[in-house]
Parts: sequence; structure tokens; C-alpha cells
Amino acid sequence: MVTIIDYGMGNLGSIYNMFEKKIRVNCEITSDLDKIASAEKLLLPGVGAFDKAMERINQGGLKDVLDMKVLQEKTPVLGICLGMQLLTNGSDEGNLPGLGWIDGYTHKFKFEKNQGFKVPHMGWNEVHRSQESLLTTGLNELVTKPDRPRFYFVHSYYVKVKNESNSILKTKYGHEFDSAIQNDNIYGAQFHPEKSHKFGIQLFKNFVEL
Amino acid sequence: MLRTRVIPCLQLIDETLVKTVMFKKPRYIGDFVNTVRIFNELEVDELCFLSIRASQKSEKPNFEILSQIASECFMPLSYGGGINDFETASRILKLGFEKIVLNSVVFEKPELITKLADHFGSQSIIVSIDYKKDFFGRTHMYSHGGTQKRQGDLIDFVKRIQSLGAGELLLTSMNQEGTWSGYDLVMLKAVSEVLEIPVIINGGAGDLMHFRDAIHNGASALGVGSMVVYQSKGMGVLVNFPDRNNLLKTLQ
Repeated sequence: MVTIIDYGMGNLGSIYNMFEKKIRVNCEITSDLDKIASAEKLLLPGVGAFDKAMERINQGGLKDVLDMKVLQEKTPVLGICLGMQLLTNGSDEGNLPGLGWIDGYTHKFKFEKNQGFKVPHMGWNEVHRSQESLLTTGLNELVTKPDRPRFYFVHSYYVKVKNESNSILKTKYGHEFDSAIQNDNIYGAQFHPEKSHKFGIQLFKNFVEL
Repeated sequence: MLRTRVIPCLQLIDETLVKTVMFKKPRYIGDFVNTVRIFNELEVDELCFLSIRASQKSEKPNFEILSQIASECFMPLSYGGGINDFETASRILKLGFEKIVLNSVVFEKPELITKLADHFGSQSIIVSIDYKKDFFGRTHMYSHGGTQKRQGDLIDFVKRIQSLGAGELLLTSMNQEGTWSGYDLVMLKAVSEVLEIPVIINGGAGDLMHFRDAIHNGASALGVGSMVVYQSKGMGVLVNFPDRNNLLKTLQ
């Protein structure tokens, strides 16, 4: 059973459908703290602003439950998009501290006009493995060279981890950034697996099998 | 490197998929849901659905069918046709569509762009502009599926919709649409030079060389129609998508 944390940030239907219909694993969308406390796998989605998301997590005891589950019980958790940025210490986008589960920071994409990089970074982009991880198993096998595994991105802020050992995938947009990160049982993906057909299905399948 | 997106732009009338030529003579391609399933199996990277008679007939989107599509297709999806208020747009986004496409309504209620962008973010708003050159080579914009001529200069208008909060522009040449003869590169260049937002060029794609030309003239994404629903020009229906590695060679 995968438990998707509903804290009012973004549309969760596609994530739910991918687990239920494509991977055929039970999935629930919930804001109930008891259900979250007894979850086997946690999924932290997120579309929206950093501070608004942290405010919602800090309110009503969700943060304490998450800290207990993730840091003490070592329940696997996957943060997606803003959900991954929340795993870091903080963001250029807001003033509130992040969850701080993975040492790193979330920066704003800044490009000069003549560089030709539009923000948000939107569309499919390639990922390159920076570290072996169970989360990214089998991605290279889905393509025929010279094609590379790819995912769908929509974001204006990017994560840079402090310790390279926490980076598992990298992507280049103007410069390199960490497109997937890991610290023990804690995982983050900047892209949207639920919008990345076979690549997303593989990644979610890996998460279920952790 | 970020890949240029190749987006099948699929035309709908009621529950059937059709393909027009220069916005006329809609030809039956297949049942909507079944055809979309084939595109889903082909693992295309993005799909755009345009209900081409909705504004003319003042029809609301078919939410039931769109909901079915959203629960089966795991790729970015956009929908346009008959979206003329906040509630309709909001409902489509909540079904799991990334983006909504606005056309007729932007001529009548341009402020809707801003309202939607403030609420859902610019990245979820595509404004679609259809245009045609007349006998004297003058450009005119059209709404309501190419049936109502609009006043105003296209370049001024696209700048305006950008400043109102549109996240992308879908630019369709009615003269080229369905002809397989290549995109309107002159207009593409003129528009992409004045805009910061991505331009999806549409109308006229017939082969991979047309893709390359469009990228060189400022396209961020490429709309395709006839190419992906017919075997080849003048031939029968065959839902298809260019081979991935050929596409890579072309797009790089």
C-alpha cells in the first residue's frame, strides 16, 4: 500500500492512477494522521509555493508524524517536484526552513536573456545516473542507444545537494542540477513520474519494491 | 539538453477524432478513446486535444470522456474547446490535465487568462491563435474554429496575451493546416522573436525536415496532425509516431 499525503498541494489523481492502474498496487490519498502514521510507503507530492507547503506541514501535527515515520521508523518516502524540494534545508522561494532530511538547498533558475533558457524548465529532459540506487534500477534498459531515459519536468527552482553521495540522478538545463536524490530511506524526484509514461512507471515500480 | 516537444494535436468533433485540411472538410479518423489508447501505447511525450466545433456550437467540454483519458494517459495532456469561464477551466485541470487551451474566449474576455494564471500558474495556460493570409497577403486572426474573423494585429495580440499571463502560445496557420507542406516559418520567426514564452508551431508538418526548419526558426514545440494519423499524404488512416532515434537525430 502506498500512502499519498494530501496536504492541499496539487493534483494527486494522476499519481494515484499510475499506482492503481499501471502498477496494480493499492494506493490511498489521505490527510488522516493515523493513516499516515501506519503507512508502509509514503509519497509526498507537491505543486505550488514552498512556504505555503511548509506551513501546511507544520500545522496540525503532520510534521511530527512525518519525522517519526521517516527518521525513526525509516519508512520509505518519495518526494515529487516541490515535495523533493521540501526535503532540503530551505529554498530561494521562501523563508521557512524545509524538512532538512537531505542536506542541500533549493535555488532559483537564473539565466541571462541571451542564454535562451526559459523558466520554468518545462518539458522532457534526460537523466544521468550519478549514483547507483534501487529507485532508478532498470531505466537504461527501457531505451535503445543513443536514446536516454527521460522524464517530464515543470519547475522554476532546482536542488543542489551538499554531499554528492546524496545525488542519484542529474539533469542539465543551462547547468547541471540534482534531478533525483536519496538519503537512506528518503528519496526525491524533481520530475513528474506520473507524467512520464514508461519511465515513471518503472520508477514507481522500483519505489513499491523497496 | 531539453528535447523539443513533438505534440500530436488531435481534433475532436463530439466523440470522434477527425482531421481537417485548412480547417475544412473534417475527415473521420476514429473513435476518440480508442485512438488515444494507440497514442498512449506509442508513448508519445505530450498530447493536445482540440474540440474544434465546441465554441461555434457553444458546447461545454465532454468531462466524462476527458476524465477517462486523464486516467489512462500518463503524459502531459492539454485540452481546448468551449472553455469560456474559470469553472470550466478549473474542472479540466482538476481531472488531471496539465494545461488548458484558450482561443475564442481570449478575444472576448482576455482577463480570464490573468485570473487563471494567478490561480493555477502560467505554465497551465496555452493560448491558441489561428490565422489566415487573405488574397492580398494580409494576416487575419480567427476564432470559433476558424469561422470568425478578428480585428487586430497578430504580433501586438500575442505580446498582449503574454503580458496577461499566458504560459505558451499555440500558433496555427490555417493556410498550412493539413497540407503536409511545412510550417509557416516566416510568422514563426516573427512571433518567437517578440515572445519570451514557448511557441508551439502548428499546421503543415509533413516530414522531419519540417521539424528541423521550425526549431531553427524559434519553435519550442512542434504540433503534428496529419503526419501521425495518416500513413502518408493521400493515404489511409494509420495512427503512428516517428521513430524515436530518427527523431533524436533531427531534433539535436
